[in-house]
This record gives sequence, structure tokens and C-alpha cells, in this order.
Amino acid sequence: MGKQKLVMVGNGMAGIRTIEELLKIAPDQYEITVFGAEPHPNYNRILLSPVLAGEMTVQEIVLNDLAWYRDNGIKLHLGKKVEKIDRIKRQVIADDGTVEPYDRMLLATGSYPFMLPVPGNDLPGVIAYRDIKDTDDMIEAAKHHHHAVVIGGGLLGLEAANGLKLRGMDVTVVHIESWLLERQLDQTAGAMLRKSLEDRGLKFLLEKHTEALIAGESGRVAAVRFKDGMQIPAELVVMAVGIRPNTALAEAAGIYCNRGVVVSDTMQTYDPKIYAVGECVNHRGTVYGLVAPLFEQAKVCANHLGNYGIGRYTGSVSSTKLKVTGIDLFSAGNFMGGEGTEEIMLNDAAGGIYKKLVVKDNRLVGGVLFGDTADGSWYLQMLRDGKDVHEIRDHLLFGQSALSTGAGHQGQNKAALMADSAEVCGCNGVSKGTIVKAIKEKGLFTLDDIKKYTKASSSCGSCTGLCEQILSSTIGGAYTPAASVKKPMCGCIDHSHDEVRKAIREHRLISIPEVMAFLEWKTPNGCDKCRPALNYYLISTWPHVAKDDPQSRFVNERVHANIQKDGSFSVVPRMWGGLTTPNELRAIADAAEKYQIQTLKVTGGQRIDLLGVKKEDLPKIWADLNQAGLVSGHAYGKSIRTVKTCVGSEHCRFGTKLAMDMGVKLEKMLFNMYAPHKVKLAVSGCPRNCSEAGIKDVGVIGVDSGYELYVAGNGGIKTEVAQFLCKVHDDDEVMEYAGAFLQLYREEGHYLDRTCHYVERVGMDYIKQCIVEDTQQRKALYARLLDSLKGAKDPWADRVAGVQKHEYQKLEA
Amino acid sequence: MNNDWKKVCNLEDIPRLGSRVVKHMDEAEGGIDIAIFRTQGEVFALRDKCPHKGGPLSQGIVHGKQVTCPLHNWKLHLDTGEAVAPDQGCARRYPVKIESGVVFLQL
Ligand code: SRM
Ligand SMILES: Cc1cc2nc3c(=O)[nH]c(=O)nc-3n(C[C@H](O)[C@H](O)[C@H](O)COP(=O)(O)OP(=O)(O)OC[C@H]3O[C@@H](n4cnc5c(N)ncnc54)[C@H](O)[C@@H]3O)c2cc1C
Ligand code: SF4
Ligand code: FES
Repeated sequence: MGKQKLVMVGNGMAGIRTIEELLKIAPDQYEITVFGAEPHPNYNRILLSPVLAGEMTVQEIVLNDLAWYRDNGIKLHLGKKVEKIDRIKRQVIADDGTVEPYDRMLLATGSYPFMLPVPGNDLPGVIAYRDIKDTDDMIEAAKHHHHAVVIGGGLLGLEAANGLKLRGMDVTVVHIESWLLERQLDQTAGAMLRKSLEDRGLKFLLEKHTEALIAGESGRVAAVRFKDGMQIPAELVVMAVGIRPNTALAEAAGIYCNRGVVVSDTMQTYDPKIYAVGECVNHRGTVYGLVAPLFEQAKVCANHLGNYGIGRYTGSVSSTKLKVTGIDLFSAGNFMGGEGTEEIMLNDAAGGIYKKLVVKDNRLVGGVLFGDTADGSWYLQMLRDGKDVHEIRDHLLFGQSALSTGAGHQGQNKAALMADSAEVCGCNGVSKGTIVKAIKEKGLFTLDDIKKYTKASSSCGSCTGLCEQILSSTIGGAYTPAASVKKPMCGCIDHSHDEVRKAIREHRLISIPEVMAFLEWKTPNGCDKCRPALNYYLISTWPHVAKDDPQSRFVNERVHANIQKDGSFSVVPRMWGGLTTPNELRAIADAAEKYQIQTLKVTGGQRIDLLGVKKEDLPKIWADLNQAGLVSGHAYGKSIRTVKTCVGSEHCRFGTKLAMDMGVKLEKMLFNMYAPHKVKLAVSGCPRNCSEAGIKDVGVIGVDSGYELYVAGNGGIKTEVAQFLCKVHDDDEVMEYAGAFLQLYREEGHYLDRTCHYVERVGMDYIKQCIVEDTQQRKALYARLLDSLKGAKDPWADRVAGVQKHEYQKLEA
Repeated sequence: MNNDWKKVCNLEDIPRLGSRVVKHMDEAEGGIDIAIFRTQGEVFALRDKCPHKGGPLSQGIVHGKQVTCPLHNWKLHLDTGEAVAPDQGCARRYPVKIESGVVFLQL
């Protein structure tokens, strides 16, 4: 049997994105044919606005050039409009007589601009704004004519008006409502927008009803007349009063349409052989007109065309941005408020800044930003995640940067104001200009694309927010951050971390192949992102039952040492609570000499690092260190790292508690504990806090009457101050509360989330409820922690005894 | 060009979805390391040096027919040695065969 035939009608953004997704997962399944009525390969329609404004050229906005179609074996019929679908014979017929048979068909015909039904709407010089041809016509008209009238004060109309103004025309925008962008902005923001646009020389006529377009002597349009009798000159009239789904073809073929081709959650039309995506579609009663939701549809559709059968499209929350350089505007969700909602507002008319956030039941449901949109993507993320904002409500309006005190990159979150040469990603040396260039030239739409093409944000991740802002300021509303709680684990699977964990727990899956088979992984054996996560989820859910898979661990955890840039390794023995002995120091000194250690260093974690050990020497140096009682410090693992201590009341004149003793007890209890990410603790003997407990995953501070416990601090990429959990009385309680908190994180944290990220996701109230208020749950968590750590052995001693021997031995040919 | 098949190890000596390092005296380059990888069903060999900054590919995670370099996460195709786009570069590839459970490298 030959390949199945897939015919796509409509060579636009949603359709081609579907084909791209399909090629990724099932490259050989179909013989693909594409019909496009326009004479161009797929281009980025969104960027027609910068083309009109003279900021980009048509060549620059092509997304898939002809070579792409050729390289992927796609048969392309350009400039051919499909006129008929014969569902009985299963073939499509184009206007030039071309006939192509199909097994499956994809409709992606987009929409067409609605023309006001007024006399003169077909005169020369009256156009819509939809494609390259319209854009060319406008550019041409601007060369020869002076007066332009844009009918419609929506996004498209304003972008057209701005472009025509920049091309030297005298532009009037006519709008039927009492403020601009009434579907995206409230009245205040609409008025501010009008003022900024007027400052740029645009004219506005609001609440005006167009009655007729009047022809001049040449037969071309010459004026616009309104119902109130007013008449203004116009040699160019651009209608931007709305779009209508292109359903004529589907309707003629008897496919059920109702304001759009009606599709199910799997993007199937009422004819199971025919799928549909994009602006031509009506999904659960909604027709989308922005690309971000269409791309989500594309993904789901490709998945079903590729016979994976997973993934459902359940609708999208989208946001709006006006692509007029220099005007910052953002809106999303229910920004008008209404019954049961509260509004948080800031209105600085003189400074040109207006912010309104709409909150309902402690969740953000909508917002409008004008003048300062730096936090737009942050708000959108919270909106999509349905995050409880109760705790941060007081700071909400001031943005993400007001919430943290860290030393990271978030201070400079005015992405739009950054110079092109400014460095965005410090790890990989990527400047803003490089990112913007890649977004435009390669047609990037997501953070993942940016990571892949520029490497920005692919290392420590502290510039992720900045990259997202650059993305949204470059491509506007086309960008929507994925809802983080439902983000797929990686490209191998559409399920989120939580869904995968749940399946492991509820279906008692105990090995990686079992999980992959059960959840229908798309790749044969995962990738370097999902396998380590799965391995952790399995061993933490089924301790002593699930078997660790060394091949799914990053090299450091597989060989129990930390790889260096030259391929050698570092060795950090544990010094419980930062304490050591002359005997241990002697052993370290001897080993350093014997194995020609290049660098011997005191770490930031109160212990000693032997750097530059050859892999073959690892078991030997461990054997020597083991002799002196030194064991693995797990400086390489997503595991317990260090428990820093201060001298405490053992020696210190201010000490109230035996900090060293408490620290050693905690570190011994947690020995060999693996977690979603590394875990660091500290114990201080008094509130002077010399062990820096305020930036640890668990910080313990001794006070006269007991201990104060803090959790979810982080001293790394973005400093997070630990939050107060509760006060306890004695050492045993410290162990129980700290242990229970860490077990909760181990059971619910997403792989590679530190405690601060986990707590940010679930909220401190929830943590307090589980650990402080619910005694039973605390005790149960603590018991599960102790059970899973039962019988922990030093991994170094195991290797010395021969476990995974092959790792450390080279072969010879 | 000499193209001797050299016996390296038994197939079971290489962990599935894992790798081993083979020491080799190369006429032109002197002592070098070659990484041999075992995927679900095949064995591949590449020079143990990432085209990015020389990272030891043998220490990476093997998935599908690719390995991810442990230093900065470049991915390489095991069958060609080419970096997965958009990264660009190539690690030298060596022919491998398996005969009755024994792995041979052509050097
Ligand atoms: C050795 C040490 C630096 C030193 O000489 O002092 C170190 C070295 C590394 N750190 Fe660190 N960190 C060291 C203390 C710290 C500290 C301070 C501390 O522990 O008190 C921090 C901030 C505190 C914290 O984690 O909250 C720290 C924050 C990081 C981070 C950022 C973590 C974050 O969540 O933001 C990374 C990156 C990561 O883990 O993904 C990192 C990663 C690394 C790695 C493992 C990078 C890597 O993956 O190869 C470095 C290995 C260097 C090498 O060549 O072996 N290191 N690192 C310290 C070892 C402490 C120990 O005894 O175990
Ligand atoms: C100027 C402008 C600016 C925009 N700015 C933004 C923005 O900032 N953010 C955002 O998210 N969205 C924006 N949009 C909207 C966005 O471009 C659309 O949502 C998106 O292009 C729709 O994709 P689609 O594939 O459904 O339709 P289209 O991209 O329109 O593709 C449909 C294609 O099918 C062809 N076709 C139709 N019928 C047939 C047939 N019978 N036979 C053959 N071919 C056929 C059409 O010619 C067309 O090329 C903008 C649109 C315009 C016009
Ligand atoms: S030791 Fe830590 S801070 Fe220093 S270079 Fe390495 S990762 Fe960066
Ligand atoms: S050395 Fe391999 S990715 Fe950098």
C-alpha cells in the first residue's frame, strides 16, 4: 500500500504550521499536496503591518520558501483556488481544472475581510487589508495620492493607518464606537491610545456612520460621506471592519458550518476524513483571529493526522498587542470586569501609564496595560494558570520585579527599551539584536524556538522572562506563553509533569518503558529531558521497588562526580555540617598529592573540592577517602547537598542552640536523598544567622525558646528569601517538620524545580496547611521520607566495590 | 588507507542506551578516544570529542539515534556524527559491525 494522500486547501499560517508539526512526528505517513490561492509561499501575515510601515520587506516575512516545500516532498499548487470538494470521489478541483485525490483533507482557508455594504464599496481605491497584494496596493497608493481614510478603529485599522501615515499620507480613522479598540481596551485606555496616535498626526472621527463612498472624475474613489451629511476627501479607503471565516468551499461541499467550519476538540469536521484549522474554524462556538490559538489547534490537529490520537484542543485565552512601534499596549481576558470582580488600577495620565487588573475569587481574570507593558506576559501566564494571587495582591500592579529582590536579570525588564547591542543571555553571550533578528528571519514564535536558534535562555534560564518580553514585543499578539502548569514535559509527550506523575502513581507504573508504553510516548526512548525526570519520578514514587536507571541519569549522577570542562571530574567528600577532623584533612591532603589534584578548593558549601580527577582514577581516590571515613558529598546530584552550620552555642557567646549538632543530625538523616533538584539546608544558632539560613531550601534559626523554620529560599540564579513556615520547640520537631516539607516537595515538585519554584506554584498557604496544620499528614510525610531513605549506602563505596565498573574502564581496540 | 576491523568488546559490555570509550592510536593524531554507543538495536562509533567545545560525547545521554553532549547539550546524530540543527558541526564517524555478539570497529 502506498502512502496516504493528504490535501491541504489554504496555504496560510495555521495550515502550514499543522504540516510542520505533522512532519515532525510522522514524516513519512503522507504524500502531501497544498493549494494556495495567493501566488506566494507561506508568509507571516502578522508582519504585513511592519511591511506597510516600511520597517520590513516582503522577502523578510516569508516563513517557508519554495525550497522548503521541495525538500519536504510537498506538491505545491500556487495561485490556484480550490473551487470544489467532491466528497464522494474524494477529490478536490481547483479553478484551473487541477484535480487532486485525497484520503484525508485539511481545510485552512482562513478568513476574508468584511466590506461594509455601502454604495461605492467596489470602487477602485477601496480595499481591505489582508494579504501581500493589499499591502502592495496601499504602498502604491501612498506614492500617488494624499488622502486616506481607514474605516474601523480596531487593531488592523490602526496598524494600517499608522503605516499609511508613515508613508506620508494624510490619514483619518473612522470608527463607529465611542473609543478605539473597544474590544481590547476600556474607555480610559482607549482615550490614551487616541491621544498618542493623534500626537503622531493621525486624525479620528469617532461615532461616525459611513453612508457612501463617492467616485471622482477618474472613476476612483474621491470622498467618504457620513450619515450626518459630513463628507471628507479620500483617494484611498481601507476597510478594516472585521473578518469572516472563509467557509464557502466547505459549505458548498455540505460540511456543517455555523459562523465557521464546525470542528470537535480533535479539529475534525463533521466529515471524519476532513480536518480544519485556523480562522475558518468554529471551535466550541469561538472563532479565533490571532495566531497563537491557531498554532495550538495546529499541534492538536497534526497529532491526530499523525495517528497519535492524543491531545485535545480545549480553547485558548489570548492576549492583544498593537504593533505600532513606540506604543505599548496590552490586554487580555475579561478586562471590563463586571459582577463579582474587583479592579486594581493605576492611572498616571501625565506619565502616559494606565494599568487595570481585574481579579475574581483571588485569581486574575483580565487586564489592560497602556504605556508600560513589561509585565504583560507575566500577567498572562498567571491568567492562564489560574494562579491564586491572594498573597501577592499588594504588589501585583507593580509587576514581577517588585516581588523579588534578587540579583538576577529581572531589574531590566523593559525589553523594548533595551539597545540592540545589550546582552540578554549572560551564559551564552547573546544580545537583544541577535534574538530579534532570529525571530524575524527564522519566523520564531516560541521561547523554545529562541532557545534552539540563539541559545539564549538555554542555560541558567535567568533571562527567560526577558526573552519572552522580546518575543512579545517583536511579534505582538502572536505570542502566548504556554500555561506552565499544563506545559508538556518535553517534545516527546504532550502530557504535563503532573499528569505523568499521576499516571505513575495511579497505574503503578514502575519502569521507564512501562510509563512510555502506557502514555504513548512519541519517541522510541525519550530524550535527555524526559528520561532523567521519569527516572526520578519512578524512584521517588516507588522507593525500594522501582529500579534506578543509570542510563537515564546525567553523567554526574551516573558516575557520582562532577564533570569539568576538560572532561575530568571533581570530587567533594561530605563534611557533615561543615565539620572535619585532622584525620580527614590528612586523607584529603594525601589523596591530593597521590592523584595530582590540580586545584584544592574550599567550596561555598563548607567543604573541600578536589578538582581535575581522571575518570579512571575515581574509584581509587574514593577508596582512599573511604578509608578515612569520608563519603560522597553528592555535590553532583539533584539531591541533598549541604547543611551549612554556624558554630552555635557550642562556642559562640550569642548562641542559643547547638547549631553544629542540629546540622549534622539533619544531614545524616537526609543522606542520599534524591529530589527534583538539589537541596540545601542551613542551621544558625541565633538570629544573627551566620550560616545564611535565609536563602536555603530549609533554613533553621535557633532562638531561646526553640527554632524558627524557613523554607523555599534560594541563593542561586535569582535570590529568593526563604519564607517563614513555623516555630518549633526541639530538635526532633525540626527533623519532623523539615523532613515532611522536603518529602512533600519530593512527591509534588516538577523535576528541576527548586523548592522556591515548587512553593511559588502551590502557594505558602498550602504548604502550611499540609505541614503545620495537618499533624497527621506531616507525620505521614515524615514517615515516607524516612522509609525511602532506609538503608542508604554510600554510592562511592558501592563503586569501589565494583558497582557499574564498566563506567570507569576504557576499552582497547 | 588501512581498514582493519578490530575487535573491541562483546555487545553486552556496552549498556543499552549507553556507551563505552575505546582508546586508539591514530596514525595522524596519536592517542585518541573513540566513543561507541549502543542504541535500542544498533551500535555506532564517533570520535569522543564534541564539535562544539570538545566535550566527551561518551558521557552523554543516548536517546533514539542521538546523543546529548554533557557539557552544553548539543545533540549529535549517531549515524552521521552531524550535530542536530540548528547547531552545526560534525564528529568523525567510524564504521562498526557486530558478528555473533562481538563488536568490531574499522580503524
Ligand atoms: C563547587 C561550588 C563552587 C565553589 O567552589 O564554591 C559550586 C560549583 C558548581 N555549581 Fe554551584 N557550587 C557551589 C555552591 C553553590 C552555592 C552556595 C551554597 O551552596 O551555599 C549556590 C547558591 C545557593 C543555592 O543553590 O541556592 C550555587 C548555585 C548554583 C546554581 C544555581 C541554582 C539555582 O537554583 O539557582 C547552579 C546551576 C544548577 O544547579 O542548575 C550551580 C551549579 C554548579 C555546577 C555544578 C555547575 C555544573 O553543573 O557543572 C558547578 C560545578 C563546578 C565544577 O567545575 O565542578 N550552582 N552553588 C560550590 C559547591 C558547594 C558544595 O560544597 O556542594
Ligand atoms: C495586517 C495583519 C496583521 C495581523 N497582526 C496580527 C498580530 O499581531 N497577531 C496575531 O496573532 N494575528 C495577527 N493577524 C491575524 C493573523 O494573520 C491570522 O490570524 C492568521 O494568518 C490566520 O491564519 P489562517 O491560516 O487561518 O489563515 P491565512 O493565513 O489567511 O491563510 C489562509 C490562506 O488560504 C488561502 N485560501 C482561502 N481559500 C482558498 C481556496 N479555496 N483555495 C486555495 N487557497 C485558499 C488564502 O488565500 C490564504 O492564503 C494579522 C492579520 C493581518 C491581515
Ligand atoms: S562554579 Fe558556579 S558560579 Fe562559578 S562558573 Fe561554575 S556554575 Fe558559575
Ligand atoms: S562541548 Fe559538547 S555541547 Fe559544548
